[in-house]
Amino acid sequence: MEFEATRDAYGKALVELGRINPNIVVLDADTSQSTRTNWFAKEFPDRFFNFGVAEANMTGYAAGFSLCGKIPFVSSFAVFGSIRNFEVIRTSICWAYLNVKIVVTHAGISVGEDGASHQSIEDISAMRSLPNMTVIVPADSRETKKAVFACIEHNGPVYIRLGRAKFPVLPEASFKIGKANVLKEGKDISIIACGLMVFEALKASEFLEKQGISCMVINMSTIKPIDEEIIISCAKETKGIITCEEHSIIGGLGSAVSEVIAEKCPAKIKRIGIKDVFGTSGKPDELLRKFEIDSNSIYNAGLEILNDRL
Amino acid sequence: MVEIDDIILKITLISKKIRRLVIKMLSIAGSGHPGGSLSCVEIVTTLYFHIMRHRPLEPDWDDRDRFVLSKGHSCPTLYANLVLSGYFPEEELKRLRMLDSILQGHPDRLMTPGIEVSTGSLGQGLSCACGMALAGKIDKKDFWVYVLLGDGEIQEGQVWEAAMSASHYKLDNLIAFLDYNKFQIDGKVCDVMNIEPLKEKWASFGWYVQEIDGHNIAEIISAVDCAKKIKEMPKMIICHTIKGKGVSFMENKPEWHGVTPTKEEAERALSELV
Repeated sequence: MEFEATRDAYGKALVELGRINPNIVVLDADTSQSTRTNWFAKEFPDRFFNFGVAEANMTGYAAGFSLCGKIPFVSSFAVFGSIRNFEVIRTSICWAYLNVKIVVTHAGISVGEDGASHQSIEDISAMRSLPNMTVIVPADSRETKKAVFACIEHNGPVYIRLGRAKFPVLPEASFKIGKANVLKEGKDISIIACGLMVFEALKASEFLEKQGISCMVINMSTIKPIDEEIIISCAKETKGIITCEEHSIIGGLGSAVSEVIAEKCPAKIKRIGIKDVFGTSGKPDELLRKFEIDSNSIYNAGLEILNDRL
Repeated sequence: MVEIDDIILKITLISKKIRRLVIKMLSIAGSGHPGGSLSCVEIVTTLYFHIMRHRPLEPDWDDRDRFVLSKGHSCPTLYANLVLSGYFPEEELKRLRMLDSILQGHPDRLMTPGIEVSTGSLGQGLSCACGMALAGKIDKKDFWVYVLLGDGEIQEGQVWEAAMSASHYKLDNLIAFLDYNKFQIDGKVCDVMNIEPLKEKWASFGWYVQEIDGHNIAEIISAVDCAKKIKEMPKMIICHTIKGKGVSFMENKPEWHGVTPTKEEAERALSELV
């Protein structure tokens, strides 16, 4: 199996976009080595701007750039690029409906050893609450590239959430903002995942299928606007839904799916995610196990749904 | 000299009209911020009626100078300037802060013709103005970016992040004004959170700093002329002003920061502005 970090795919996509579109400018806050925006900086030094450790100011510059016809990509680690500067994103960018793309890396607990201060598990919730904001969590490097190219075709603020670790590369699939992908058809259980958890969901579905349980697996890479149609069909056609995300169970994908189900088509649901606690230092795979968001936890959730032990 | 005297006289008269419109619209609205609106009248009016290159009938004109009202709560003064410049009819002022009005409580670029940046959350406008100035430099445009900050506003940390970056990027097409009226909602700025020494602070952040009487139109004009000649650095014009300027019972009274005049108070105020 091939592995590639989504941040690497972002770095490459930016360089490609930079060659095509002269209006693209890239902003970073002293994380360019890690977010891979330094690759763009190397080829287009006149269109790359470092702000030092000052995310709020960087976000305001992006608003100003956008008002003068540029397409700014603003990057930092997820914690600092979304929540620290939250109110600037809200007021200067989203309220004003500006064409700013915020692409963050090092999201979730798979950041690993840096620990809780750097593990963003609240950002999807925060970004999803902002009017006018589109929220995308690509599952792998291929989808990252497609999302980065797609976001400049969409006029308005977009948040793209990427990881630090190398993610398994999934089979080629189409990408459209707001449209989920069915990776596997099944009739017993639906597993709806985003980001790194899509791969964990696929692994769990194999275990469940060995037990004779048929699983529908869905990559819900756009969290907002969410693909309601597919959620409703999962609720109707299978016996229950499991949501999987590398994020708090409060406010993220699990909440977004629950909102649709509760209003449109009540069904059993089990949310796999960080259970309202902070992360800790460790290796990514150790952390997925510790916080019970690995494939084994998804497998157990599947059994619980079918055994009606919710 | 006759010419400049004529200009000053013209702006003086328009400033009086602006103050009357501010009092009237705030009195009808029943909420809003008179004190800080009145303190910045000469600064904003001199920009719109003498200094800035702009086209009221073509608000999106590419080569226009940009004005960012970072202290967004003083928007009545900006709205009145936009009306007298011809961006939208005076009638609209009667609907300030009302449901479905184009004139929001704080400036909204999507609702009001002539508003460049949506502001109101203090501390954000300078970063946006810097972004516009830097974009202008990348595109080798010759427009100027003007931004007006409040004195309480610069207590926000983001302002100093922006200040540092403006000199780093040598934004000499950026001219900032500080409406230094010495008061904020909770009282005197120096008591709430002292911002002095002001001139030294901005200078140490790499800005070219001037200090003027913010109600003296001749000083505003000459400070901008002087600022435009300085290369390679951003410019700050610290404007000493009087909160509530022009209405005797509002002057230097922090309680008029966010309280509007009753009908009777408005009449008294207007009788002083003739």
